[in-house]
Amino acid sequence: MWQIIVENRATLLEGLLTTLGVSAAALCIGAALGLALSALRRGPSKPLRRVAAVYLSFWRGTPILIQLFFVFYALPMLGLELSPVIAAIVTLALNTAAFQSEIYRAGLAAIPVGQVEAAGMLGMSRLSTLLRVETPQAIRLMLPALVGEMLALVRNSSLVSVIAVADMTRRAQQIASSTFRPLESYGAALMGYLALALLLSGLALWLEKRMGRE
Amino acid sequence: MTLDYLALLMQGLAVTALLAALGTLLAAGLGLPLAIALRSGRVALVTPARLYVELMRGVPLVLLLFLLYYGGPSLGFRLPASWAGVLGLGLFGAGSFAEIYRAGLAGVPTGELEAARMLGLQRGQAFLQIELPRALRLIVPPIGGQVIVMVKESAVLSIITVAELSKRAGELSSISFSIAPLVVAALLYWVLVEMIARTSFLIEARLSAKDIL
Repeated sequence: MWQIIVENRATLLEGLLTTLGVSAAALCIGAALGLALSALRRGPSKPLRRVAAVYLSFWRGTPILIQLFFVFYALPMLGLELSPVIAAIVTLALNTAAFQSEIYRAGLAAIPVGQVEAAGMLGMSRLSTLLRVETPQAIRLMLPALVGEMLALVRNSSLVSVIAVADMTRRAQQIASSTFRPLESYGAALMGYLALALLLSGLALWLEKRMGRE
Repeated sequence: MTLDYLALLMQGLAVTALLAALGTLLAAGLGLPLAIALRSGRVALVTPARLYVELMRGVPLVLLLFLLYYGGPSLGFRLPASWAGVLGLGLFGAGSFAEIYRAGLAGVPTGELEAARMLGLQRGQAFLQIELPRALRLIVPPIGGQVIVMVKESAVLSIITVAELSKRAGELSSISFSIAPLVVAALLYWVLVEMIARTSFLIEARLSAKDIL
């Protein structure tokens, strides 16, 4: 019964690597965008704050599938054609940026103002306060939420299979249709996602312990 | 965009709302025994419940739907796409609901429960009159968020051919070579999500108002 999976393990593994690559790329780009967004939302400019709020509301309030259709099918109509993989990474990055910016905002808001004031009194510059007082504490506070977002990102990346990116879900579909064994094929992909999730959670737990010891 | 298109999209919206609602009800129901198992303190119950929650946290809904819809016949059951969709949504959401219930109940200070018992309330009375109302206030905001997640995740049902809003929008968009159906669909989702958020906020405000503590 599981023969099929053993025979097709290379295909599935390729899919797993694509899933991992797309998610990792989206995570990094999304982190940069998310930080910029949270800075805009905390910033002094009112119109920019509104722009950021509308952006957040759209990317958090609509399904990823629709967002993916927009980037992949709608942008070409406006003259911007993207390959499936790029469209996938762009969509996931723009989506996770919205969710990550909320995490960053909440994390920084949780640091007592008194600490920032104290750092200023001690002669630390605003930037060095941000880097050496606020960020280290905020990271520790944000870690569980960030891990949750990472898990969600890997999970969401399965949707890129609908625009023909050969991720793990797409590969499982191909195996299912060539072997007529949907149960085993999708079951194997399920295990793959589960393994990724456990790996990420384990990594986070280890990080959390390490930070706690500092 | 013609009126026919709009009518089709509204039909899709109705299907989305209905299936998301059914999936949410199923998830909210299945979440209860899971939460009880999580709080039971017995390893034989906690471990499988915890495994289930973690599994659903890490696994994409689309794979779950493929397993139910395409894999079902190998297991001897053949479900219509929309039923497979509701079942998938329910199984997927149950883990999150269980966590919400568990966290809500854990958020009620044990001292209050002890005090209630000291004042002579039975265990059941203390649960119904002290723990439950307090926990309800704690779980309303995350439940609102989870309902929104369910609506958004229900778009995935389009992949197993359910004719809900995303499916309609995708089809209409490719027939007409226009992004208008997608824009309208996005707006409809947005309105639905905003409505859920507002409702959740109202319920939260009412629950807090009733509480004089």
